[in-house]
Amino acid sequence: MELKGILAFVIVIGSALLIIILSFRKLQQKLPFDLRPFPALKRLQRAIGLAVEDGKRQHLALGSSSMLEPTSASALVGLSALDCVTQLSIASDRPPVATSGDGTLSILSQDTMRAAYLKGNAVEQNPFYNGRLVGINPSSYIAGTLPVVYDEYVSTHLLIGSFGPEIALVSDAADRQNAFVMASSDSLPAQSVLFAAAQEPLIGEELFAVPAYLKANPAHRASLHTQDILRWILIIALVIGSFLKLAGVI
Amino acid sequence: MKAPLATFTAIGAGLIILAGYFFPISPLREIQQLLLNWAVILAGTAAMVGIFNLLITHLRKFNAGKGKQDIYSLFLLLSFLVTFIAGIWFGPSHPSIQHIITSIQMPVETSLLALLAITLAYTSLKLLQRRRDWVTILFVASTIVFLLISSGLMTTGMNVEPFQFLLAILNRLPVAGTRGILLGVALGSLTTGLRILLGADRPYGG
Repeated sequence: MELKGILAFVIVIGSALLIIILSFRKLQQKLPFDLRPFPALKRLQRAIGLAVEDGKRQHLALGSSSMLEPTSASALVGLSALDCVTQLSIASDRPPVATSGDGTLSILSQDTMRAAYLKGNAVEQNPFYNGRLVGINPSSYIAGTLPVVYDEYVSTHLLIGSFGPEIALVSDAADRQNAFVMASSDSLPAQSVLFAAAQEPLIGEELFAVPAYLKANPAHRASLHTQDILRWILIIALVIGSFLKLAGVI
Repeated sequence: MKAPLATFTAIGAGLIILAGYFFPISPLREIQQLLLNWAVILAGTAAMVGIFNLLITHLRKFNAGKGKQDIYSLFLLLSFLVTFIAGIWFGPSHPSIQHIITSIQMPVETSLLALLAITLAYTSLKLLQRRRDWVTILFVASTIVFLLISSGLMTTGMNVEPFQFLLAILNRLPVAGTRGILLGVALGSLTTGLRILLGADRPYGG
């Protein structure tokens, strides 16, 4: 194995161990640091609560990423958020709707919603058609999502996944309907347009924090702490590397 | 755990594929390739299932008959039927099918992009009205600065040394920012993948 491969192996195994260790509740309580306050996600929880009270619906746009691509991580976060949102709105008259641009993702979204209803002992309320494949290329995905925004009594939109810059059309349409929009993507063009177009944009790795804040699952919190620790290690490595380069050592 | 078989299958397959990347030895590599081939076939089948699910949704909408919604749904169902039959009959590379794509799909997609340009300009103008924090001000300022730099309006002073130095710094800032964001996304992707491998997240209903 090459040096790069060994390093990647060590990072993966080390991160997995960190997640396992930090998942213990007793250890989490003793940690000197906690999750930082995230006002946007508090507003999202409030918007979900208001939507349930008003008999409105939540919409999760999961994007067009395939499960076979490296961008699938953002879609997996979207599915995790879908699970949380479905559980939070189980008492609502209108179940959440999830739109996706990939067949596998649409089946996983149906399965995630079914599992959430099963946990809430309300599996008979789960409409299988609410995890939808709306279009299989970026433009058709947007064209298929816009009717959901306009016609399905949605008051909270959560756009989490891999999008192109055209996602701004969905965000703008939702804004015109006076709906709450929280948006995040792993793609840089989408992040920049969503910063301008969405009410509550999340930048960079904030995308991966959504499930941890929506449901206080120890594994999600542990994964977020691991992410923070890895980030600090990376920052220190980058700074040391820069100094070594300046000194002409490397 | 509600579906232990699904969970063990998912974790097992994930571990084999990951191990195949780190240890490219003969049997592991072959199993990894086999699993990936199965995944490609399953993804294709899932697309078909997804399309039928979409058709059922629009059939329901059409039957519900809620004003203009049912006309859109009817239009979608008819378009699907015509394209599907033509695609099966002639094959996707037939000139007639290609003609449908270039004459209908391309103009529609282009007009959607034109609409996007206008929407973005409008939302950018509304941005300062909506949020007035320092990040937004920085975003707007940097947008204006980089628009000016790349517009070619500032070519006259380009040869002056301090200006060149300033431009070199300014041009490096987006690269640094991009790398920072991408590193954050990479770390997030790693921990998300590990959560699935450890069985903490089970998006397959397990």
